[in-house]
Amino acid sequence: MAMKVISADHAVAYGAKLSRVEVVPAFPITPQTLIVELLAELINDGELDAHFMPVESEHSAMSAAIGASAAGARTFTATSSQGLALMHEMLYAVPQNRLPIVMANVNRSLGAASGIWVEYNDSMPERESGWLQVYIEDNQEALDMIIQAYRIAEDRNVMLPIMVCLDGFVLSHTVERVDLPDQNLVDSFLPKFRPLHVLDPDEPVTMNPIAPPEYAMEMRYQLDRAIEGAKSVINAVDHEYSSLTSRSYGGLIDSYHLEDAEIALLTLGTVTSTARAVVDYLRAKGKKAGLIKLRFIRPFPAEELKLFVRDLKALGVFDRSLSFNGYGPVFTEVRNALYQEGIPITNHIAGLGGRDVSFKEALEMFQVIEKNAGNEKGMVCYWHGLRGGS
Amino acid sequence: MQEKEIRTIKDLSREEFLTKGHGACPGCGVAVAVKNIARVLGKNTIIYVPASCLIVFTALYPSSAFKWPFLYTAFENTGAVISGIKAALERRGKQGVTVVGMAGDGGTFDIGLQALSGAAERNDDVLYVCLDNEAYMNTGIQRSGATPFGAWTTTSPVGKKIQGKREFKKDLDAIVAAHGVPYMATLSIAHPNDFVRKVQKAKITNGFRFLHVLCPCVPGWRSEASKTVAIARLAVETGMWTLYEIDHGVEKLTYKPRELVPVKEYLQLQGRFRHMGEDDIEKLQNWICEKWRNQFYEEVPVPPCKLEKVKKELILDEDPLHGP
Repeated sequence: MAMKVISADHAVAYGAKLSRVEVVPAFPITPQTLIVELLAELINDGELDAHFMPVESEHSAMSAAIGASAAGARTFTATSSQGLALMHEMLYAVPQNRLPIVMANVNRSLGAASGIWVEYNDSMPERESGWLQVYIEDNQEALDMIIQAYRIAEDRNVMLPIMVCLDGFVLSHTVERVDLPDQNLVDSFLPKFRPLHVLDPDEPVTMNPIAPPEYAMEMRYQLDRAIEGAKSVINAVDHEYSSLTSRSYGGLIDSYHLEDAEIALLTLGTVTSTARAVVDYLRAKGKKAGLIKLRFIRPFPAEELKLFVRDLKALGVFDRSLSFNGYGPVFTEVRNALYQEGIPITNHIAGLGGRDVSFKEALEMFQVIEKNAGNEKGMVCYWHGLRGGS
Repeated sequence: MQEKEIRTIKDLSREEFLTKGHGACPGCGVAVAVKNIARVLGKNTIIYVPASCLIVFTALYPSSAFKWPFLYTAFENTGAVISGIKAALERRGKQGVTVVGMAGDGGTFDIGLQALSGAAERNDDVLYVCLDNEAYMNTGIQRSGATPFGAWTTTSPVGKKIQGKREFKKDLDAIVAAHGVPYMATLSIAHPNDFVRKVQKAKITNGFRFLHVLCPCVPGWRSEASKTVAIARLAVETGMWTLYEIDHGVEKLTYKPRELVPVKEYLQLQGRFRHMGEDDIEKLQNWICEKWRNQFYEEVPVPPCKLEKVKKELILDEDPLHGP
């Protein structure tokens, strides 16, 4: 193992290198740029044997990725925000064609009002595209997850694309100590890509013809089942990876001090680390607080979540994006899954437009959850860190 | 790999890669063009088709009319997808495979121009074919950047105030040529020997290649199915369509009419121009002559539309820094 002090963007690029990606169609967008810059350097220096394709837009980046993956190459790209929105049309072609592309999305708010800082309103709307989505807490997880993502995506029972989402700037441009696994170890974990179907004149296949109503619905059903089926693969891959590196992330979902907890907050992304500190603080004060770290929102771990909240008196759900005039998307997913569990759930909107979510705000969330556990019914949706009070 | 030289259509392989039983309209210029391009390109080919008539009449699940590996995804990304396919083949060490994208005029002139330009600028080793039927025919005859002046379409209708399209056809070939691509050519289904030679050249050239085929469309041009080839021929004879190629920077007219036929002859075979008055016809005729002069430095007096060679002169300004 080699140790490096690097940003999460660079961790992602090293993850792609260790995964021996073959084609990288890329377009720059802040705060994703460091990923494609480092990959371009690694390729031009001969340290990574891959084809770097500097395309003219994110729409073309995803289009070229589709072509490359359909023709049998392990394909990687990265994007963010407006770039992901520009890809939106092409995202839908990937899961329906069962192409195991891995893409890093460095979360950034989508204008207007414009900004380059973290918000999940770029990736959350893409839950409907059929891509698997995982949210990252730190730089090590970013690197490890790219490698795991290829194993999951290329599993014959999955064959689906994965979007690895990481917080803009909070992760992308912050350096941390990261262990880089040996190439041999990664090679033993991640075999060479063997596509199921490939564009090959020796064995011609028609990919993505027009599907009339007699057939299209079954194709959607198959995709829906494949996403559900990915759950067991994700958990198994996490298990196997941890046996090689001693690093486990819990697969779909992870927890902290949840065993005897009465109240808990469900988080994703970097806020998880802040919430961990709050749990420690509350535990020191004798409060039974816990934390649920949601990693994958597709597939959504509904059954696992039910087991996690079984003994809770109240649950809070953190959201870094909003479905306007409603709730945060994560809250909607969680409340749907727990509808019959009878547990009071509150929504906690914070950190929009890249606003910092401090210890104070995270503590405030737990205080609201605690009140809710005491049958002190208030609002369902709370905004934290709003100037002028909420 | 040594390619057998194709000089005439008689040299073409009998093997078809666009098979019988596809769903194109009778007299479809696109079907004729694709069938013959396929016979030149042969077995070692992968095709990408964006949203167009071609996808609808060749790949409606569960049937397929192509014997080639085939991919479709969207409308505007032909240049990018074929670049991706080629990159993967190169990584996998697959030699000698032609990766071809066949898009319509809307998917090339308009919405697909960006991806086309990207692939041309990167000089990716792919073949881009534009099947130009001069409107969005697949969505029911709406005007595109390729639609000629005066033509009726459903979005350039013949109204009481405005009759037909008021803008001239976009010079896409000049845009592609400006990228300095290794090979590009314009094709007509009415000139089969010229057609197959150009496809053959495009096949064996390395880097980005562009073929632009005029494809008459029976329902869109309001023409008779039996007249498709005749109309394509008249397009060339009137100068509405110019047959030329640019091979590594060397520009060459590959067919030159002895005398430009008045454009009226071309217009009267098609219902889309039926409403045009003398003024508009004259405007179109002037456009043709000017286009010819700009492109080939030949003067075309209107009428009688005779081609006269003009000596290309170097124009010098009086700036001493740039003087003789």
